[in-house]
Amino acid sequence: MIRFENVTKVYDTNARPALDAVNLEIDRGEFTFLVGASGSGKSTFLRLILKEDRATSGSVYVAGQNVANISSWRVPKLRRGIGVVFQDFRLLPQKNVFANVAFAMQVIGKSRSIIRETVPEVLKTVGLEGKERRMPHELSGGEQQRVAIARAVVNRPGILLADEPTGNLDPITSMGIMGVLDKINQNGTTVVMATHDDDIVNEMRKRVVELRNGVVVRDEARALYTSMIPVVGESRRMKDASDAEIDRAQGVQQ
Amino acid sequence: MRLAFILGEIGSGLRRNLSMVISVVLVTFVSLTFVGAAGMLQMQINQMKGYWYDKVQVAIFLCNDSSTSTGCASGAVTKEQQDNLVKMLESPAVKQYINDYQFESQADAFKHFKEQFSNSPIVDSVTQDQLPSSFRINMKDPQKYQIISETFSSQAGVETVSDQRQVLERIFEWMNGASVAAMVVAGVMIFCAVLLITTTIRLSAFSRRRETGIMRLVGASKTVIQLPFILEGVIAAVVGAVLASGTLWLVAQFWLNGDLSQQFLNTPFISSTQVLVIAPVLIALGGGLAGISSLLTLRRYLKV
Repeated sequence: MIRFENVTKVYDTNARPALDAVNLEIDRGEFTFLVGASGSGKSTFLRLILKEDRATSGSVYVAGQNVANISSWRVPKLRRGIGVVFQDFRLLPQKNVFANVAFAMQVIGKSRSIIRETVPEVLKTVGLEGKERRMPHELSGGEQQRVAIARAVVNRPGILLADEPTGNLDPITSMGIMGVLDKINQNGTTVVMATHDDDIVNEMRKRVVELRNGVVVRDEARALYTSMIPVVGESRRMKDASDAEIDRAQGVQQ
Repeated sequence: MRLAFILGEIGSGLRRNLSMVISVVLVTFVSLTFVGAAGMLQMQINQMKGYWYDKVQVAIFLCNDSSTSTGCASGAVTKEQQDNLVKMLESPAVKQYINDYQFESQADAFKHFKEQFSNSPIVDSVTQDQLPSSFRINMKDPQKYQIISETFSSQAGVETVSDQRQVLERIFEWMNGASVAAMVVAGVMIFCAVLLITTTIRLSAFSRRRETGIMRLVGASKTVIQLPFILEGVIAAVVGAVLASGTLWLVAQFWLNGDLSQQFLNTPFISSTQVLVIAPVLIALGGGLAGISSLLTLRRYLKV
């Protein structure tokens, strides 16, 4: 569903690349955690899938299509196939729950009757029945994130990207959100979730891809947040180098 | 559905940015009023040219007792001199340039004078023998005035040859100058309007960046994202253009064809219906400028 072939992304030619020769394949229907410290390249990874950025070298394939070959007027079509959820929810404050979800359908020209039929269904999936008329500020953080998830999946995208969706939520609420994402995954949607939240990763036991300084240092099925496999060889060398860099950075901060 | 959605977006954009939208309306209104006024002046000039140029004549004024010019050294025109002038007017060399001519005697001249200045006390102080008799010539081609002037002004008994067209030309030049001035003011105002539209659209795009960000993410097309902003600018400008057209129509209807046409009975003013020809031009100009400047602004400030 998503394939990275030797993808490098350089923002600033003087700094190290944000992604460095990444090779990765995520299959249809898979649930993948993308873990790593801030600045390890998780967000860049997601941005490349959405064609928000262009890879400096290498190719990104989404649903079998090289995104570099998608012309700008067809980018909207690519994005209709991908739902996105953020840490800060990004709801429209002056619209109620129903209208926030309906907005995603209106702007791509869905008919009123289909919207009226689909939105309650999706709100039920995320556990928000009966709250259609609430305004975002009347909802808890967890509920707001559920609205955001409903909006992301209402057009039935094949892929759901979640960028630290539990970053603003307490552990219990977070587990609720994970339940929703898992349910969406069960329905066949490929989910890629970038996170720092070790509890969640450990609880879910899904595929974990660990990025460090733009390099994939670990790719494990049904894994934990931290590796159980000793790091060896080339990966070991990279890990040490990045550990040293992190130590240096922390030293500078102190 | 999509249309209803876009209309809703436009409505909310206009409401949220009301003060800026009103200023766009007013600036386009004023600038397009100037454009329209320049257009009306040009139409007025053409109208008057068409009306007057058919009627203007070249007048050969003959000497009378009080003439002082050198050609009249021998006193008032004699019968012989007058016959000589008629012969010249009938000669093929001159005839080819003129349609016809009439002789206006001193008595006729006095009668016309009294008609023309009927409201003025000057009539009482003018006597018949103070006015010159004249030949009034209707030219085939008014531009050929020079030929008549050269032929006749040196003849005995001719005081002066005058072309009424030249008097009109001066008026038209003045009106032309006024219309150029109106165009210059309009140009400056249009520049202001374009800058204001640019700023308004930028502000509007900024205040709705959440919505547009989400629209982008869920895969709304460029048209759906940008159209509300463009139409917002276009609608404001078109409202301004309609106001400008209305104002010009009122001017034509109640000032030109009301007060002025009663004061200047012999002047053909443009009608208010003719002004309506300008309206579509103003609306297209206002809408077009707003559309283009909105589009260019969005290309810079609204990522799609």
